[in-house]
Amino acid sequence: MNELAWIDVALRAARPRAIGALLRYFRDLDLAEEAFQEACLGALKNWPQNGPPRDPAGWLIFVGRNAALDDVRRRKKEQALPPDDEAVRGDAEDTEAELAERLDDGHYRDDVLRLLFVCCHPELPSTQQIALALRIVCGMTVKEVARAFLVSEAAMEQRITRAKGRVASADVPFQTPDAAERGARLRAVAAMVYLVFNEGYSATGGDAPVRAPLCEEAIRLARLLLRLFSDEPEVMGLCALLLLQHARTAARLDADGAIVLLEDQDRASWRRDLIAEGLALLDKALRHRRPGPYQIQAAIAALHVRAARAEDTDWAEIDLLYATLEQLQPSPVVTLNRAVAVAKVRGASAALELIEPLAPRLAGYFHFFGVKGALLLQLGRADEARAALGQAMALARTAAEAAHIRSQLDRLVGDSQAPPSP
Amino acid sequence: MLYAMLCYNSEEIVGSWSKAEDDAMMERLDVIRQRLTREGKLGPVARLMDTTAAVTLRKAGRGRRLEPSDEPAIVTDGPFAETKEQLLGFYVLDCANLDEALAIARELGQENPGGAYEIRPVRLFFPGAAQPGAPGRIDR
Repeated sequence: MNELAWIDVALRAARPRAIGALLRYFRDLDLAEEAFQEACLGALKNWPQNGPPRDPAGWLIFVGRNAALDDVRRRKKEQALPPDDEAVRGDAEDTEAELAERLDDGHYRDDVLRLLFVCCHPELPSTQQIALALRIVCGMTVKEVARAFLVSEAAMEQRITRAKGRVASADVPFQTPDAAERGARLRAVAAMVYLVFNEGYSATGGDAPVRAPLCEEAIRLARLLLRLFSDEPEVMGLCALLLLQHARTAARLDADGAIVLLEDQDRASWRRDLIAEGLALLDKALRHRRPGPYQIQAAIAALHVRAARAEDTDWAEIDLLYATLEQLQPSPVVTLNRAVAVAKVRGASAALELIEPLAPRLAGYFHFFGVKGALLLQLGRADEARAALGQAMALARTAAEAAHIRSQLDRLVGDSQAPPSP
Repeated sequence: MLYAMLCYNSEEIVGSWSKAEDDAMMERLDVIRQRLTREGKLGPVARLMDTTAAVTLRKAGRGRRLEPSDEPAIVTDGPFAETKEQLLGFYVLDCANLDEALAIARELGQENPGGAYEIRPVRLFFPGAAQPGAPGRIDR
């Protein structure tokens, strides 16, 4: 790796901490971002000569803050206003010595958490939350974010600007949070990181490669959270879940971009390194005996990756885990997922019984009709299966989803001469 | 003389390499490792997982023997972070899970109080080929 590439990597790694602290000084996202940009320019000039500083984030915060303060002062002089440092609020009187003490991650903790929390402000719709986090925290360019969301650069620029505007006019608490507030923020941020991951993961069509970076950014954010909140079992669970899911990415589509179901996937192509790390994190989390939705979902993912062959999967345990998840976090989608396990343990008709009541709430959900169609198919109820699959077809979001349903429908036509399977 | 070589770097930076970059580096190291193995110079090599996967057992006691008044050992999440103690050695253990590894750490800590054991999952392990004389003997 050459020197510039090394600096680029170091700047990326320091970004959330540095922007988090600069946001605390300036209480303004744009100003914090500008200050960070200035500091990066300084780093590109200074680091190759003097070597990397011991604490890159601390260096960037100090340099960025000074550069931005100079800018603010200069602008004021140009506008011929009386000198008034009120525009720059926060603890701008921090000395360099104090900054040196910020070497410890613990000191960055609340800054990074606040920055992430600002990005998932409850007034922002989830698509804006994700876009803002990818742009501000991860440092993806507007062009990269636009590509990942499959929208034009101009549309994404507008979305991010709108999100920043909303955040600026919203009330963002800057005092150090107490334990309860910290917990609430952490939950909101974890949910946002999970959304970022799903945005990348649910892209099952031919556009998957451009969205894979979203999964990687989500994992980076989850690791960052875990470094800062190292004793939170749900953060361990989230990180484990993302690693275990991401480990299967390469096996989810075949060479033609068609969906490969879990039971048909080539398990040799799953990433063993990610699986090992995910399992280790889950193991660590479970010791706390404080279960939560991410730990349970990670435990389910772990049962899948632990099975050497699809038929070795412990479906009874998966059914139990989904039942626990249903109690903790009732949702028709969770019940639908449970139905897949129930079908394996107690048969298709038990599963069908479980999902029938979900119909009104999942009337617009592709996977509901996909699962329903597959269950009806297993029961040999061809006409009903055809109707359900037809509805799934209409709700497919990607070409790969549509193709997957089409192949099931084709099989139905092919089988129609044969007697129904038992 | 047997030497242990301890590897240090920023895991955030190493962790941000792409899989291709990481694989390429591991391949370059593999060439050296194979040569050292042929020469019989290489013992066990381990690449550890991120410190986020670590837990630390802070051992009970301070002296040579455990005293009844000593505080019990405590387990915390994350790596060993103090700087007043130094790395004095390491074990490689093959355990079914973290609980078993912690049980062994506690047992060792009973006989050797004070300090801490950081327990970190191993990501890659090569047993190596070094045969430095009889077990326990250090050749000069």
